[in-house]
Amino acid sequence: MTAATAAPVATGFDDRRTRTTIWHVIRSEWTKIWSVRSTFWTLLSLVLVTIGLSALIAWGASSNFDKMNPQDRAHFDVAGSAMSGLVLGQLAIAVLGAMVITGEYSTGGIKATLTAVPARMRVLFAKWLVFGVVATVVGEITAFGAFYISMIFWSHHDMAAHLNDPGVLRAIIGGGLYVLASGMVGLTVGVLIRHTGGAIATAVGLLFVAPILTNLLPGTWGKDISKYFLSNAGQHVSDVVHVAGNLSPWTGYVVMSVEWVVPLLIGAWLMKRRDA
Amino acid sequence: MIEARGLTKRYGDKVAVDDLSFTVKPGTVTGFLGPNGAGKSTTMRMILGLDRPTRGTALVNGHPYTHAKAPLREVGALLDAKDVHGGRTARAHLLSLCQSNGLPRRRVNDVLELTGMSEVAGKRIKGFSLGMSQRLGIAAAMLGDPQILMFDEPVNGLDPEGILWIRNFMQSLASRGRTVFVSSHLMSEMALTAQHLIVIGRGKLLADMSTQEFINQNSSARVRVRTPHAEALLDALAAQGTTTRKVDAFIEIDGLTTDAVGDLAAKHNVTIHELFAQRSSLEEAFMEMTRDSVEYHATVGDQQVPATVGGAQ
Repeated sequence: MTAATAAPVATGFDDRRTRTTIWHVIRSEWTKIWSVRSTFWTLLSLVLVTIGLSALIAWGASSNFDKMNPQDRAHFDVAGSAMSGLVLGQLAIAVLGAMVITGEYSTGGIKATLTAVPARMRVLFAKWLVFGVVATVVGEITAFGAFYISMIFWSHHDMAAHLNDPGVLRAIIGGGLYVLASGMVGLTVGVLIRHTGGAIATAVGLLFVAPILTNLLPGTWGKDISKYFLSNAGQHVSDVVHVAGNLSPWTGYVVMSVEWVVPLLIGAWLMKRRDA
Repeated sequence: MIEARGLTKRYGDKVAVDDLSFTVKPGTVTGFLGPNGAGKSTTMRMILGLDRPTRGTALVNGHPYTHAKAPLREVGALLDAKDVHGGRTARAHLLSLCQSNGLPRRRVNDVLELTGMSEVAGKRIKGFSLGMSQRLGIAAAMLGDPQILMFDEPVNGLDPEGILWIRNFMQSLASRGRTVFVSSHLMSEMALTAQHLIVIGRGKLLADMSTQEFINQNSSARVRVRTPHAEALLDALAAQGTTTRKVDAFIEIDGLTTDAVGDLAAKHNVTIHELFAQRSSLEEAFMEMTRDSVEYHATVGDQQVPATVGGAQ
């Protein structure tokens, strides 16, 4: 015990000021998300894949427009279809959302994170916020990019939609918000599953495969499940032409949002209880 | 100051940590010793709030670690050096930790320098050797310049140079009055660094005492003798009620000094070719203590437990 009497160490810290706040944790998560390469690459693939696919669809649809039957032509959603590239783009953001969480658990880095910030809900909130902001900003850039590129093809046929046409601005902003919702599905699955491979497979299954499979469910209850299922509901936020029987844009978006918020809250509760 | 009170962790039927209570006193190096699987890492994780105890509590500076206001200022911990995201650079990893506690940014450079990692600060962690990862882990632990440091098996898998570095580092911390709580399954390593020992086996507390006390209590003096007249000497020793055993070409005698054995041999006209005292090593004392509590026994019974442990043959 001789060492116990040794002089205290001069730390050089002002301990009155050293108190961890939520802003510190947010800054830390901001550093974290940008310091792994996968963030940049998944975001780039979100932008390129979405815009590329939307352009391809606009090119194909505008070239064949004259050959479509009059009924289809009347219902064709020029602005809304510009968001169709998100069917692939949503997967990139969902993968990133999952990896924001599983990147910590799969590597064991979560132990360093939670040793530095043992208040787990702060960590989860900071990750959620940082990822949410990134997903929304890049989502909007993607949506507007896809819209303008698609309109180049439609303008050759004098059919281009404009942002000041009714519903169009909402549909394009909605496309960016749909990116946020898809990313949150990935993040939520990450919180629940914690394993990168499992979480990515599940997120892709939920956003890409399951919505198609629910169409095969029999009866009216099957139709209802399909109608309210994640992306089947959320994608209506980009509808400009309303089809009878479909969910309205914001109803659809709220349904999808509830479908990730509730599991995320369950995941937060689990994160508080589970061993890191 | 770290206090464990009735700390218990169960995984299904298996009890990993069993009603463990101890105090790690400030300003010392306390060795946390036990065979592999004894529950050392689990205990450390519970202290840090990473795992929830099934029962009991762990307090750091009088409160649960999860209530710490600036956690990195209180405790620096290195559990597993490979527990980091390999895709980040060393600097980004340290910066994110630094920011999370609102510590001044210059601490990143301070700890990089302290651990000799400045040169590789911009490299991605996945390319690091175990020794470098270990240094990075220590750099992270030192960010908040905490009073308490916890290291889990810090020398495991390191080359001799790395072991020496860590050993010196821990000693320099202790000499500056830090509380160091370090786990190991190697008694010899602890004898060099720890002033106090907490020994566990199968999750249970086996000893909580100073290293010196542990050595005194657990290592017994033995004498070995080689003689062509073994029968005569054994008879003489047996007449005194002394415990003996054959070890290779030697007779091993408990509880007598070399002087006493020499005198006895002279009295009975026994020629002696070799006579020496053998103090059992600390490692043997430790193995003796934890023999019943090691998780996985070697199949060859006396492979690691030489005859000095006694009785077995």
